[in-house]
Amino acid sequence: MKKYNEEHEWVEMDGDIATVGISAYAVEQLGDITFIELPEVESEVSMGDSTAFVESVKAASDIYTPISGEVCEVNESLLDEPEVLNEDAQGTFIFKLKISNADELNSLMSEDEYKNFVDSL
Amino acid sequence: MEELLKTPLHAKQQELKTKNVSFCGWDMPIQFDGIIAEHGYCRNDVALFDTSHMGEFFFKGDIKNSGINEATSVNIDALDIGKCKYGFLLNEQGGVMDDLIIYRLSEDELMIVVNAATRENDFTTINSRINHAILEDRSMEYAKLDVQGPNSKKILEKYFGTTLDELAFFSFAQTKVFDSDCLLSRTGYTGELGYELYVDNTTSVKLWDALIADGVKPAGLGARDILRLEMGYSLYGNDLSEDITPLEANLGKFVNLKRDYVGKAALEKQKEDGLQRILLPFKTTTRRSARKDFEVYQNDKKVGFVTSGAFSPILNVGVGLAMIDIDGFDKEQSIELRDKRSSIEANIASLPFIQNK
Repeated sequence: MKKYNEEHEWVEMDGDIATVGISAYAVEQLGDITFIELPEVESEVSMGDSTAFVESVKAASDIYTPISGEVCEVNESLLDEPEVLNEDAQGTFIFKLKISNADELNSLMSEDEYKNFVDSL
Repeated sequence: MEELLKTPLHAKQQELKTKNVSFCGWDMPIQFDGIIAEHGYCRNDVALFDTSHMGEFFFKGDIKNSGINEATSVNIDALDIGKCKYGFLLNEQGGVMDDLIIYRLSEDELMIVVNAATRENDFTTINSRINHAILEDRSMEYAKLDVQGPNSKKILEKYFGTTLDELAFFSFAQTKVFDSDCLLSRTGYTGELGYELYVDNTTSVKLWDALIADGVKPAGLGARDILRLEMGYSLYGNDLSEDITPLEANLGKFVNLKRDYVGKAALEKQKEDGLQRILLPFKTTTRRSARKDFEVYQNDKKVGFVTSGAFSPILNVGVGLAMIDIDGFDKEQSIELRDKRSSIEANIASLPFIQNK
């Protein structure tokens, strides 16, 4: 079950490990992604921090972490093939965190709430 | 808010998957399938661009005595009928008011093709430089389709047959398609084998439909920008403006300083004094791209600014053009392209960025 923030990032929990990606809506807006910068493993990030960075054919965009924690894994295959995010945003992770505060999940939107949010844009 | 102009193909395009953008007062498609996919169609197969927003002026008068030969940098008197030439509309300071292509239709008739952004100003300016001649802006009567790619000739043979065989680069034929007049030129903005088709608005819709049915993929402004930049072609408004001369834009090979025309004196003086700055091509060392207005640094000193930049899907690095201050600049040393957030390493390159075009 994914949860979303207003910056179009999603998070999926497995124990205390959060898997983070960006939504299909986000990649649709960005257009073809040509470059991604990933965070350092073991770096600490707080909810709302710019954690990754993408360039697309149209624009450059920060990716904000929807939840606080310590980066424990990054998807290195995206460095050579960032376009995979355009092909399957919902199924492609960008980074994983060991979270520090599960309560933060309560402030995120459910799948349905996010769908309504996108429809309102 | 002022309403955006639409080309005759707008409705047809809306039937396809398209993302539109406001461009110089026109509602134009930036992409259909996707910018990188469309770039690929053009480089590997054939793609169809709607460039009807561009302007077409028609001139009739004495080429030698009406002033038209001095109005732009193009020496029309030396241009054969059936040939076209790239040049510039300059102000008195040698600054570029527009870049354009002039087609010699007959002894005393020309078609002048200009950019959408500067069309009205171009018309007023050229008109003020001629006398005893007729100049008409017939842009709204014409649509323009660019068919570009290695398979473009094959695809168009169905409609134009052997006419294509005789068409050399920067030549054109005044022919017909769907029983209507068509000016077919072997020109383009992509570096691929390609053609530009000037037809009336009604015929353009028939032609669009026919080419799409033939399997030609439509491509938008996003792909067009990457294609031209991979060739190092300038875009008016980015790499060319009234503050930039053709010499500064590194386009000296398109201006003849041995004959007189508006702006030539200023260019001659600039050449004598020596250029202060020049447009140079660059390639980044990673997949990162710089955009217009990024600042250029060398050894921590600001040396210029980026005028155009994009990711090249062929080279897998960023490519672009930058206006560089010549004094103290070392072409062999790397540069940094900076904006508020990033610093991107790059090197001066040579054109074209991609080979075999």
